[in-house]
Amino acid sequence: MRGLRNLMDRMKPNFEKGGRFGWLHSTFDGIETFLFVPKDVTTRGAHIRDVNDTKRVMIVVVLALIPAMLFGMYNTGLQHFRAVADVAAAANIWQCFWYGFLRVLPLILVSYIVGLGIEFFFAQIRGHEINEGFLVSGLLIPLIMPVDVPLWMLAIAVAFAVIIGKEVFGGTGMNVFNPALLARAFVFFAYTPYISGDKVWISGMLKGQAVDGFSGATPLTTASESALTGGGLDLGGYSAWDMFVGTIPGSIGETSTIAILLGAALLLLTGVASWRIMLSVFAGGYLMGVVFNLIGADSYMQMPAYYHLIMGGFAFGAVFMASDPVTASQTNTGKLICGFLIGIIAVMTRIVNPGYPEGMMLAILFMNALAPLVDHYVVAANVRRRNARLKTANK
Amino acid sequence: MSKTIKLKRGLDIKLQGEAERNISEALPAATYGVSPSDFEGVVPKLLVREGDTVRAGSPLFFDKNRPEVLFASPVSGKVSAVVRGEKRKILNIVVEADQKQDYEKFDVKPLERCGRQDVTELLLRSGLWAFIIQRPYGVIANPEDAPKAIFISGFDSAPLAPDMNFALKDQTDNLRKGIDALKKLTTGRVHLGLRAGDDGVISMLTNAEQTTFSGPHPAGNVGVQIHHIDPVNKGEVVWTVDIQNVAIIGRLFNQGIVDMTRVYAVTGSEVVKPAYVRSVACAPVGTLLKGNVKTQEDGGSVRIISGNVLSGRKTAADGYVSYSANQITVIPEGDKYEFIGWAMPRLGKFSVSRAYFSWLCPNKRYRLDTNLNGGHRPYVLTGLFEKYLPMDIYPLYLLKAILAGDIDKMENLGIYEVVEEDLALCEFVDPSKNEIQKTVREGINLMIKELN
Repeated sequence: MRGLRNLMDRMKPNFEKGGRFGWLHSTFDGIETFLFVPKDVTTRGAHIRDVNDTKRVMIVVVLALIPAMLFGMYNTGLQHFRAVADVAAAANIWQCFWYGFLRVLPLILVSYIVGLGIEFFFAQIRGHEINEGFLVSGLLIPLIMPVDVPLWMLAIAVAFAVIIGKEVFGGTGMNVFNPALLARAFVFFAYTPYISGDKVWISGMLKGQAVDGFSGATPLTTASESALTGGGLDLGGYSAWDMFVGTIPGSIGETSTIAILLGAALLLLTGVASWRIMLSVFAGGYLMGVVFNLIGADSYMQMPAYYHLIMGGFAFGAVFMASDPVTASQTNTGKLICGFLIGIIAVMTRIVNPGYPEGMMLAILFMNALAPLVDHYVVAANVRRRNARLKTANK
Repeated sequence: MSKTIKLKRGLDIKLQGEAERNISEALPAATYGVSPSDFEGVVPKLLVREGDTVRAGSPLFFDKNRPEVLFASPVSGKVSAVVRGEKRKILNIVVEADQKQDYEKFDVKPLERCGRQDVTELLLRSGLWAFIIQRPYGVIANPEDAPKAIFISGFDSAPLAPDMNFALKDQTDNLRKGIDALKKLTTGRVHLGLRAGDDGVISMLTNAEQTTFSGPHPAGNVGVQIHHIDPVNKGEVVWTVDIQNVAIIGRLFNQGIVDMTRVYAVTGSEVVKPAYVRSVACAPVGTLLKGNVKTQEDGGSVRIISGNVLSGRKTAADGYVSYSANQITVIPEGDKYEFIGWAMPRLGKFSVSRAYFSWLCPNKRYRLDTNLNGGHRPYVLTGLFEKYLPMDIYPLYLLKAILAGDIDKMENLGIYEVVEEDLALCEFVDPSKNEIQKTVREGINLMIKELN
């Protein structure tokens, strides 16, 4: 380590202001602080500081995403081999995983390279330190994409999310919308055929690799369609257990509720994500499901309410997206309110609006937009309490 | 029977180097140094020149904005130097102490015959008015204000803070007299905050209105106590006095002299024998710490702090203890790189976050250094600061209002109720490493500037 440190120390002057590579200062600083926690000390105020920093926070979230990512890779292979009716390969965990690994890895690489490239560029222009926020967004984005999304499209979506979603607001900590969801929304509205329908969720289907008669539809789609035609509930042949384990078609990382819950456990145990948000999203979704059960007008409404929590992107959104501290509500009361509304809106969209089989993405983005308003009223209540105190004092 | 207020939010940071319960007498030092920057918002104008002789209690300088507020020399002797910094800012007024102390004599009427005016005048003349701090803003009180109450915190809850019951165990008379004097200054009450479960001289001061507090730091912060007893509203003023300063005020009324002897807790992981030491204020830290600091390995150095690790003032090894400090803390400097530290388990370090492991051993005492432990970032996490400020205030919103310079919002969100030390824990836990206490002071200064 000492050798590496000495190397950094030798290189450092070149990257300082006025040095030969002074214009690369932020980049060098980003790499240096990644390798070494700086020797900066406190000057005034609190002389000691908690050892926690944003790098640690972000790395915990990345760790929490790993189970969903690994399962997503396995499931990509599994779904593919099922679609091409290769029973032997589908039964082989390693073969499934390897196939999925080769499909998913390019997406992750493209996401990180494009996103971090832009982040470094902006940090350089602003003369800021490089933020580690994209370490999370860069992994989130591929996990909420269909596996066959073209790489160029992903690159554009990432660029859009980072530039329009984050940098124009001033960078990490200043953005209004969750950047990862914004990337997905971008693809959803700009390249709709690549992120909706029955063929995009399974690797190879767009190229016609699936055997005749195989439907790649997700349970969300089939459930919605079966309700429209007035038939009984059709989950595409998948059971609740399949949806909970995650062996169903869907975006790469969203299918396995188990894997997501493993991540959630880490986030909650470490206190990195807010339990208030997660809990209230699930509560809101479940409650809305129960309300539709009571109405019971079609087979989708009659579906057990808890199915909503394990279908589609609900769990993934609740755990990894809704809980993003920057774009979520910032007050504890606000977190409960916003989370609850996310759950309600997501399930409502699924059932009431057949145009959008999955309501989670838009529900979260919508509440991202409303969170400052909710917070405003929560804080206004605090101001009212303070002013009321003044009035009593003046009596 | 006094009221008990239970506070849940806050944090006790357990550090190594708690003071043992014995008080030694400090050796008389050659020089004592008074730094005007110990007083927030004061613009010093000198009343002495190099070579002048002063007595203990003689004024050294006054505040240009409020000339009646004088600042007294803690010792008698000769003014040996006026140390100036950039733009001729006065850093230290150094007094070479006499062998035998000579005190300025003040005529003190018995308190029963004193009115508010008499007490105010005596405190102003003796320089002890500087001990009376107003809230809002945490600056020296305006003698013309009518405070709705006066607050004294009877305990210090900061890391390694001195036990005031122990430090002041022989000061009952002075404390009692001090409180009686303060009672003359307000038509309201004089409140005294006690720590639940403590039993000692402080709880015997029944001439003040007692309220008991339980819970972690910052329960001992007078600001937190005010918030729960009788919060400061817009347009109101309360005054606060440090408990050791109450004893010094009492001493003036008992003996007619300014005797700035106080008891310091000498604490911190780098102190060989942490204990209490009695000394006159403004002594050189070198004298108080003589031979009592551990030698550092590998070219390391130590940070000497006048006060506690959360809100004390960094003091040079050849510097002087702050005017009103009750504690000296010595911890290691953290000016060392750490290879991919953010990914390491870091078992010897402390975090409130469970992303590290210190929550597994809640009773462990830590040797923490001054490293920032990360780079400066915008505020990212939410819901964290609230846990460390036991007041009905949204810290992050207040801080953002300050950063935006929005006077109305600052007022609405509670700027009148806080000073730096109240948000020191927020600064400690902030993973984005913002200088929160500095921000708070900037907000307060903006309020003072805009509203006066």
